[in-house]
Amino acid sequence: MTARATAPATSGTARTALAPAADGAPAGGSSTASRRRSWQPRLVVGLAITAFVVLVAVVGPWLAPHGEHEITGDPYSTAGVLGTDYLGQDVLSRVLHGGLSVLVVALLSTVVGLVLGVLVGILAAYVGGWFDEVVMRLNDAVLAFPQILLTLLVLSTVAEPTMWLIVVLVGISHAPRVARVSRGVALGLTRRDFVTSAEALGESRLRIVVREVLPNMSGPLLAEAGLRLTYSIGMVAGIAFLGFSTDPGAADWGQMINENRLALLVQPWGVLAPVLMIGIFAVGTNLAADGIAQLTSKGGDR
Amino acid sequence: MTATTARAAATTEAPDAVCTVRGLRVALAAGDVDVVDGIDLTLRPGEVVGLVGESGSGKTTIGTALLGHARAGAVIDAGEVVVDGHEVLGLSDDDVRLLRGEHVAYMPQDPASALNPSIRIGRQIVELLELRGIDTPAGRLERARAGLAEVGLPDDDAFLDRYPHQLSGGQVQRVALAMAFLPRPKVLVLDEPTTGLDVTTQTLVLETMDRLCEAHGVAALYVTHDLAVIGTVADRVAVVYAGRIVELGRREQVFSAPTHPYTRALLDAIPHVSQARALAGIPGRTPQPGNRPSGCRFHDRCVFATDACATTEPVPVELDTDHWARCLRTDELGPWDIDLGRVPDAPPSVERDVVLAVEGLNVSYGRTQVVHDVSFDLARGECVALVGESGSGKTTISRAVGGLHRQWTGRIRFEDHELARSSRRRTGDDRRRIQYIFQNPYLSLNPRQTVGQLVRRPMELFGLARGSQATDRVVDLLDAVALGPAVLDLRTDRLSGGERQRVAIARALAAQPDVLVCDEITSALDVSVQGSIVELLDHLRTQRGIAMLFVTHNLALVRSIATRVDILSAGRLVESGPVVEVMEHPQQEYTRTLLAHTPRID
Amino acid sequence: MTTVRTHDPAPAAGPPAGPPATTTSGSSSARRSPATAWTLWAARRVGLAALTLWLVSVLVFLATAALGDPVKAILGKEAATNLGRAEQIRQQLHLDESLWDRYWHWFGGLLRGDLGTSVANGLPVGELIGDRVVNSGVLVLIAAVVIIPVSFAVALLSARHRGRRLDHGIQLVVLTLAGLPEFVVGIVLVALFSTVVFHALPAVTISAGGEGPWTQPASMILPVVTLVLVVAPYVIRIMRSTLLDVLDSDYVELARLKGVPERVVLRRHALRNAVVPAIQVIGLQLAWLASGIVLVEYLFSYPGIGASLVDSVRNSDIPMVQTLAMIVAAVYVVVNLVADVLSILCTPRERTAISS
Repeated sequence: MTARATAPATSGTARTALAPAADGAPAGGSSTASRRRSWQPRLVVGLAITAFVVLVAVVGPWLAPHGEHEITGDPYSTAGVLGTDYLGQDVLSRVLHGGLSVLVVALLSTVVGLVLGVLVGILAAYVGGWFDEVVMRLNDAVLAFPQILLTLLVLSTVAEPTMWLIVVLVGISHAPRVARVSRGVALGLTRRDFVTSAEALGESRLRIVVREVLPNMSGPLLAEAGLRLTYSIGMVAGIAFLGFSTDPGAADWGQMINENRLALLVQPWGVLAPVLMIGIFAVGTNLAADGIAQLTSKGGDR
Repeated sequence: MTATTARAAATTEAPDAVCTVRGLRVALAAGDVDVVDGIDLTLRPGEVVGLVGESGSGKTTIGTALLGHARAGAVIDAGEVVVDGHEVLGLSDDDVRLLRGEHVAYMPQDPASALNPSIRIGRQIVELLELRGIDTPAGRLERARAGLAEVGLPDDDAFLDRYPHQLSGGQVQRVALAMAFLPRPKVLVLDEPTTGLDVTTQTLVLETMDRLCEAHGVAALYVTHDLAVIGTVADRVAVVYAGRIVELGRREQVFSAPTHPYTRALLDAIPHVSQARALAGIPGRTPQPGNRPSGCRFHDRCVFATDACATTEPVPVELDTDHWARCLRTDELGPWDIDLGRVPDAPPSVERDVVLAVEGLNVSYGRTQVVHDVSFDLARGECVALVGESGSGKTTISRAVGGLHRQWTGRIRFEDHELARSSRRRTGDDRRRIQYIFQNPYLSLNPRQTVGQLVRRPMELFGLARGSQATDRVVDLLDAVALGPAVLDLRTDRLSGGERQRVAIARALAAQPDVLVCDEITSALDVSVQGSIVELLDHLRTQRGIAMLFVTHNLALVRSIATRVDILSAGRLVESGPVVEVMEHPQQEYTRTLLAHTPRID
Repeated sequence: MTTVRTHDPAPAAGPPAGPPATTTSGSSSARRSPATAWTLWAARRVGLAALTLWLVSVLVFLATAALGDPVKAILGKEAATNLGRAEQIRQQLHLDESLWDRYWHWFGGLLRGDLGTSVANGLPVGELIGDRVVNSGVLVLIAAVVIIPVSFAVALLSARHRGRRLDHGIQLVVLTLAGLPEFVVGIVLVALFSTVVFHALPAVTISAGGEGPWTQPASMILPVVTLVLVVAPYVIRIMRSTLLDVLDSDYVELARLKGVPERVVLRRHALRNAVVPAIQVIGLQLAWLASGIVLVEYLFSYPGIGASLVDSVRNSDIPMVQTLAMIVAAVYVVVNLVADVLSILCTPRERTAISS
């Protein structure tokens, strides 16, 4: 069962940053170089959107007209800019307060997933042989779990999840997918003559991985990171949306959706405001990831 | 740009021309940058015209323009192409498609990727006949069989039912040839059809092509970078440089009385199998579209150039019947003699100081043994060539010597001791003193490091130099490989293939090696670049007394670079000895076959 | 315009990348008859899928049984006071046995079709989920039936208008949708079509007991549209880039230069070679649907296994969770297996590699 490149959107990254100058024309390299430096609208727009949402989440608590738990009116009233929520708390203030926790958890879990995945992927590619076989077989088994399922399984026996548990679970669910991508990229690289050449010179294995292999993976890995962040935010918020909260009552975009979703008809902003923030952030990171993938791939317009 | 539209004075308008190209210009769609410009060419039935040029010269563009096709991003924007009485360029897409196949056919550069991988070859061969409704199904099948037989392939059902991946390289080529000939075209464009084939297969394909062209009266335009192949198959030769035909004439004329300085420089750059030559590269880079100089496009690399060459665009000058060159100074260049580049062969018997001896080498990949009991040696300051066709085991042997492949038995003696199998188990000194240079400089240099870092690393690793001393030595080495300190802080993606290979050589030299293992290091490069790399290697060998193991498939190159040669076939050593003896008096049938199939210019 | 082809360092130019392809598969395979070869190949594929499923079962068991305390999770604060109930649960889940025994107990039951009993209401799991599996299956099937042709059409449109305005527009929409989590898409749709802007469609699925939700087609629309909007962008992107690769290939160029009309080039030369990547991405996305329905079903209160899973997780109904997880994983493994087999059967190179 070869579960192929997990997330289809990563296929752009499969065409690695340093596709050999297949054109063979001696000066072919210079045109690739100029393309690399050229302006990448998707990356710029994506980063701008992402930065905007992060800014809102970071400075939001200072801008919020009301406190996180402050009751400002009747439940689901129209008081304030975006109305009030199920307890009568100000929605705008809750939105401004509730971004940081989601973003931090999403970011941390992405980092966990990337570190684990890259480590496993590179090891499998570089060590090869039976180790590679076994690791990738296990990887396939984990891959057979849809990402959110793994988290739900564990949540079924843990009475009160902590933030760190969510970070680790979401991170672990990313790891096999990242591992598959980084193994693929690393495998392509370890077969390159420049790695062989370093081996022939007698460079240490660690140095080969750190100096020869990793720098050439940065493009695909950055794109993968952007993609993973996109999925992280969806999963972290999704878990809260399903009602598994680490801190009941706290302002949190995912949790807000769950709290107010039954009143979508009466007071839509209680749900729509956090939904839109999550959506905008995800679109931003996904655009940025795609931009990076385009920059580092040869294709240009794929 | 008035001169470009001026008709070539000497392009005799042959009344029987089956294809005429006039003032053809293909430009990049994005701007006013031309890929090729002012192309005039005629093809007569039954003749093969060779179109030769280096990468970026625009030769393939000219070839596909005959079919009214420009690759994505380019447009044919001026001139006329008349094929078999039809003006090609004014036609709509659909009408052009109708001309293709039956009037003008195309043989692709790399048939292995140009045949559809998911359609059986029998179906692919008859596809066009089927679409045009020519003949009955049974009749088409008969034609396909006859076509396959004509190119010397089996014509049974089993063969027709094969997929392209089930054929060998030579077979794929011949299927493509059969496919191109089947609709009986009047004009055939062949785009480097034999690049990458072994010489024996190449000969077979070329002979088949030649025979079919003659038998069916087809005019062929043979596009290639390989002058030696042109010298074998072409009746007339057109030399392309930077989007212009700079010289056109009958084969004898171009090869014995080349006039354009570029043609002369090319001929000086290529090795001959019949004589040892001091190969000379052409300085500078082949200019890509958009970077081409004004005036004569070759003036900035031309040794004969005057100030006028930079400003005046030369028009074709008739030299002889059917022979013209686009040069301002044709009268002042003087005669040219191919033997000027000739040098004596390496003397067969000199005192040899053996540094490396391979004894009874067997190499395996997995359970398959690919090299059987091979022995040879290498002396100080000597270049030994390891020659063979693909699959002969030549690269495998070089990798075993370089410590890149460890599954071997036998002995490799290096001076007074035996080498360990893999580089990791060898001593640091052994690793330093034997340096390996890879075939493809696009793959062998880490794209994330600067030239300075790349060349400096072996010195640091082996403790030869550090700090500013190392920097000085890097500059010296770059100088030695004719690159100059300007490239120091560049990454390799800014360099051309030839420049990259020079960096790879400089990196190998940084370790102060005694033995260089060169694995086909010029085969990915243009001939003019190959000439200069060979020149450089020869210089290093004589100056520094470095021994070289030179792996190649090119026998002609061996004659110019090596002292001794070892001929390999299917993993076994067939013949070995001093180059001049093996080349002049081959003892083995296999060597004779190889030599016979190697294209020669004289 | 390439004069010098950089030799592929792999098999053609000597064997640095390994021995010739024929030798890797071992010399013995050459002598096997095609029928035997195919049987062995099929057995290997199925065996690997079974192995993966077994590993999945271990993971499911470990995740649900080894990490937390089910009794505490089920009873909450009650666990300390209601000792009788705690003991009952302990008995039902065989918590006194060793981890190893519990696993074999559960796994054996799974193989025999005995899925255990729900902790929440004491009914057999098999009975509880039967209808729900069918409901989810219907939802996924309808979504798939919409996704495949829509994606094909849009990708083809985009590829044929490559680099032009239409292509850019499609790419922008597709890229935006591809980043959105499924519940965001679902909620925005609900807001648009059933609550805030229009009131055209029901926001939740209300199924009268025993009847399938498809008896009320209107309530199926939003869940299906959500799934389509989430999945189709991926399929479209992959198919577009596959089509572009194929259209740029040497064989398509040769077909054009050979004089083959464009529509035949597209149909016979291009699409045929784009089928395999399409199968793979569709397989992958169908497999993804098996879990994508979790959030979507929950959002629309659709009576399928996804919503059921969320409820069971919340109730810590471990036998239910385990069974549902195994079903989702099995769907994933089987769909992938089918996609793999199909793509091999559609690739002559792979096919002949097996039978020879």
